[in-house]
Amino acid sequence: MSKRITIDPITRIEGHLRIDVEVDGGKVTKAWSSGQMWRGVELILLGRDPRDAWAITQRICGVCTTVHAITSVRAVENALNLEVPVNAQFIRNMIASAHALHDHIVHFYHLSALDFVDVVSALKADPVKTSQLAESLSDWPMNSKHVMTQTLEKLKSFVGSGQLGPFANGYWGHPAMKLSPEVNLLAVAHYLQALEAQRHANKIVTILGSKSPHIQNLAVGGVANPIDTNSQSNLTIERLLAVKEHIDALAEFTRKVYLPDVAAIGAFYADWTKYGAGVTNYISSPDFPTDSKGTQFMVPGGHVPNGDLKSYKPFTKFGDDYLMGGVEESVKHAWYEYSKPGPLHPYVGETKPKYTDFQDEGKYSWLKAPTFYGKRAQVGPLANVLCGLAAGHQPTVTYATQMLDRVGGLLGAKVGPEILHSTVGRHAARAIRSGVMCEVLAQNWSMLLENIGKGDTTTFNKPTFPKGEVRGFGMHEAPRGLLSHWTVIKDGKIANYQCVVPSTWNAGPRDENDAIGPYEASLMDNPIADAELPLEVLRTVHSFDPCLACAVHVHDDEKREIVQVKAL
Amino acid sequence: MRVVVLGVGNILMSDEGVGVYAVTELDKLYALPDWVEVIDGGTSGMDCLDRIADADLLLIADSMRSPGKQPGDITRIADEEINAWFKTRISPHQVGLSDVLAACVFQGIAPKKVVLVGVQPASFDTAMELTPQVAAVLPQVIERLVAELVDFGVTVHAKAAA
Repeated sequence: MSKRITIDPITRIEGHLRIDVEVDGGKVTKAWSSGQMWRGVELILLGRDPRDAWAITQRICGVCTTVHAITSVRAVENALNLEVPVNAQFIRNMIASAHALHDHIVHFYHLSALDFVDVVSALKADPVKTSQLAESLSDWPMNSKHVMTQTLEKLKSFVGSGQLGPFANGYWGHPAMKLSPEVNLLAVAHYLQALEAQRHANKIVTILGSKSPHIQNLAVGGVANPIDTNSQSNLTIERLLAVKEHIDALAEFTRKVYLPDVAAIGAFYADWTKYGAGVTNYISSPDFPTDSKGTQFMVPGGHVPNGDLKSYKPFTKFGDDYLMGGVEESVKHAWYEYSKPGPLHPYVGETKPKYTDFQDEGKYSWLKAPTFYGKRAQVGPLANVLCGLAAGHQPTVTYATQMLDRVGGLLGAKVGPEILHSTVGRHAARAIRSGVMCEVLAQNWSMLLENIGKGDTTTFNKPTFPKGEVRGFGMHEAPRGLLSHWTVIKDGKIANYQCVVPSTWNAGPRDENDAIGPYEASLMDNPIADAELPLEVLRTVHSFDPCLACAVHVHDDEKREIVQVKAL
Repeated sequence: MRVVVLGVGNILMSDEGVGVYAVTELDKLYALPDWVEVIDGGTSGMDCLDRIADADLLLIADSMRSPGKQPGDITRIADEEINAWFKTRISPHQVGLSDVLAACVFQGIAPKKVVLVGVQPASFDTAMELTPQVAAVLPQVIERLVAELVDFGVTVHAKAAA
């Protein structure tokens, strides 16, 4: 007898996602992923000045502000064939890599670790043993007995106050929770320290972006940061030195805390390397350009068909033809209608809502279903790491090898990159990418200083808009994966604009051929210990770092439960 | 002494953005001492942690759906009411401000006083303008924010009309 479970909304994510699964014999046999909010931002942009699009698109979402801003200016620059001064590339690269670190750290510690870590169990931990365990994993100075004792006291008084806050709605005591009280306490200690670490990333974005959470310094054609080593109001050497301190602090946390923690939790939950692979057709954007044209990248990206690294095909430049030619979006199962049958390329994409009820076989989501040459593709740090491994990208290879060696060491068995195609593998890939991001961030800082030292202070090339129609797309390897903005510009005004966001790739519904999407595919065969408390579903869905890019933010003083788990 | 005035909401969804419009206008119309920081928080969460931590007063402006209220109605809640609302909060924005505040409490850096001025929305349609009902009360929302600041001992001067 199969049982239907509806989780609406999935918590600890941005936006509103509903997941339905059918469970039979203790396993998921069918799955539906449904975006529950209409996102019509594309319509707002029609007729506007393309130079304003970035400031508007960064309001799409509260988490991904900077990534939409960067992708939007790249789309317009691509349409105009406009080169970007290298100083501007370096500054954008630093903002993007700092933002990625912020996202990855917050995602692991604050949004998804609670699927694996039992906070209430941590109350029973021995702080001395916790400290010994922590010191065996890394030489981070905040792993001391003193810190662990303090954390335990903080946790006791917090739980004692009855105000669980971020720990409400946890599945405490669930049979799928496997960590010892000491490991749980260690995770809680690092949860708190990660709040500190993310502030460093935030400071970098604020200093370079002039303002946060919404950066102010972008412009089509470069950045608006005047580089002037003498003026206080501009990007001075003093400010850049402050940035470096934050970079170093972030890198230390990533190397000494985040990477070892993910390896340890991954090893304790090694059974989760067997579940959650889903769609193993991967695409990722090359990123962190070091030339004005966007043809030289610090991190590679491309297409890995069927998880086969040998068949890797890179995307080689901004506006890459292979990427451009492969993207289509279907609305057969989404609450939209097109003026003609079949999927549409984003340049001719349409955004016309057509709401029905949730129909298992029909329309059931506000997300469209994108395909790459007719096939579903998974995006995200895992896709990016696989491209790096396929391309022999040294930093990726180094951090991936270190991660796999650590996990293997804890398990007492050698493990290879194949374990990355899984629920827990997506967390590992995110941590590996974070190691790479630390290097990208530090290198861009050095390159910027060196270039300023040579006397180059250019940060902006003025765009000019031709009469008639031009089109272009911007690509960016955002924290959640390949993000692209597609625009058609007519006589200097936006005539069409479509955002194909990472969560559309991953969370989209069934496509034109009724093939299931990456979220849906990754849930298949997941074990479900208790249909009333489907923790396992959350584990797999959270491993993608869901963000539905449509943040609504309403305070509601009705006293209602937030999460409904309906087991029918 | 440190006061943070935080406007939250999504300005792409008409009345959802009322909090952002309110603090932007407040900043434009009034001269505030330099220990009062006005932040356009948009829909962000953790990004604001840094600046609300350890504030003596956190004054939030946002849209707020309450049963039985008319569009444009203004509601004020503070301190314990906000805590109570944490426990039952229903916001699709799960990584939102409530989590940030709870994280502050956990770390022992919570703002000493929190006041929320909420406005009942008429619409969340995709648009970069407020609906007429909510736009009409925007001056009152700003007055409420000013009154809260004055109550807290902040000297607030209207800027000379440009």
